Amino acid sequence: MILVLVDHDRGELDPLSLRALTAARKLGQDVEAVVIGKEAGALAGIVGEYGAKVLHVASHANITDYTPMASGRALKDLVEKLKPAAVLAAGTPRGNEQLAHLAAFLDLPMAAECSEITLGSPHHVLRARWAGNLIESANVHADLLIATVLAFSTEPESANGGAATVAEFEPSLQPADYAVKVLSRDAGESKGGVTLTDAKVIVSGGRGVGGPDGFGQIEELAALLGGTVGCSRVVTSSGWRPHAEQVGQTGTKVAPDLYIAAGISGAMQHIAGMKNSKTIVVINTDPEAPILGYADYAIIGDLHQVIPALTSAIRQAKG
Amino acid sequence: MDVLVCLKRVPLAGGTLILTPDSRDIETKHLGFGISPHEENAVEAGVQLVEQMGGTLTLLTLGPSDAEEQLRSQLAIGATRAVLLETDGQEWDPQGTAGALVDAINAEETKFDLIIFGAESADSAGYQIHIRVAHALNRPIITNVKSMKVENGVAVCDRVVATGREHYEVALPAIITVRDGLNIPRYPSVPGRMQARKKPVDMKKAEARVPKLEKVNLALAPSKSKGAEILGKGVEGVDALVEVLKKIGTF
Repeated sequence: MILVLVDHDRGELDPLSLRALTAARKLGQDVEAVVIGKEAGALAGIVGEYGAKVLHVASHANITDYTPMASGRALKDLVEKLKPAAVLAAGTPRGNEQLAHLAAFLDLPMAAECSEITLGSPHHVLRARWAGNLIESANVHADLLIATVLAFSTEPESANGGAATVAEFEPSLQPADYAVKVLSRDAGESKGGVTLTDAKVIVSGGRGVGGPDGFGQIEELAALLGGTVGCSRVVTSSGWRPHAEQVGQTGTKVAPDLYIAAGISGAMQHIAGMKNSKTIVVINTDPEAPILGYADYAIIGDLHQVIPALTSAIRQAKG
Repeated sequence: MDVLVCLKRVPLAGGTLILTPDSRDIETKHLGFGISPHEENAVEAGVQLVEQMGGTLTLLTLGPSDAEEQLRSQLAIGATRAVLLETDGQEWDPQGTAGALVDAINAEETKFDLIIFGAESADSAGYQIHIRVAHALNRPIITNVKSMKVENGVAVCDRVVATGREHYEVALPAIITVRDGLNIPRYPSVPGRMQARKKPVDMKKAEARVPKLEKVNLALAPSKSKGAEILGKGVEGVDALVEVLKKIGTF
């Protein structure tokens, strides 16, 4: 049996977990899912649809929000009871963190960000390194494989399954397991609305935008297309835009239907965060910019002319 | 307040990576070396804490003897001393690395109030060494911290998530991992560089352990490589782009 940690934020499913469930099904064994926190029991329908027969729900008075070490303890309890062949999760900061706690509790190896998994003795994985620019072939020497699934490496496929059977359990938490937990949360720098991860369209600006004021036109185009604004690292480190908008290895990894990169040359770490977008359009003055190697379409020109012209042409086309 | 920052020497690769003939490593003959971006923020955070509260900042790394270069350049920023766990230059797996760091931390006379890591390494991206160290030392850990204050023995931290900011508090001693954006790392001053040459760097031999996550080899990830279709120069390309957006169903 393959156990998949399905991540959620206060009951809201992390869509990358559906890809992890799909990847788990490909290993040819039964799939069961686990969620941490009682409120996520409501996900039994969707995890069942994606192939999990059982949804284990870790429920505890001290798990009220994201509590990564407690997640690790809950997973450990479940692994010892169910003896799965592998525990998988989505390769997100939270997925990696929670499985790393499991691996540390059990003193077992963990392979993060795997694009391919073959169970065996040893297990074998292909995993992403160097912001996805290198693929490592590695053997994992342990009975239990603990691995996270590289974001966007597997397309989510429904198994048309019925709702999973819910099995609630109370993990044997120690006080240290919930010493670190979210105390409160605020909207911070994000403006609300569409988040980067959910957006179908992202219009991103880089150094070429020239300063915070230049983002007005980027915002306008993004709003017109029902999308949101992204940016490169130089933009946030110059203080032009909030960190929550940064796309890339050190920011958010995204895969929207349309990614428009304006004035972004394409550092390795930015490419890592957006190369899985369905359609990539580049607007750049430099025909040699590395990001063109990943683009589907490009306009060679100054974004300060192209974007306003594009915005008005789209307005016209929409009528 | 005594702070420890863990670092890793990594090649400074620009646009394209090249592999060694045996495909086990990146060809570094023509590359410079540095540390990961998040780690520069970790050192800066440590320097600021010691400036505000007094105490010491120790740097710890596991790597080849050449990693002394990275330690010296961070000593120039304001760290007090450094420890280098010397390997034979081979890459270690995360469990081996974490185990060696834990042994070295336990061997120190100083009981560090705060241990800081960068959120992820530029090269191997295993996402686990900091957590293994926290478990072995029985210390709480907060990861991916984007802002931090230490007051009355408590670290008050924020981490940025898609929907906003999460607030955390943890009593010291603790471990945190920090992200780019936490602060603006300073450049070393000339006197800082001079002093760094004389600061102590303890070299210790590290015994390799049998890797449980065993690297077989590396390959370059395929790029899209089909080449972008150029729709035009400047505003001339706009009409063609509008047609593309219609075709893919954007509007």
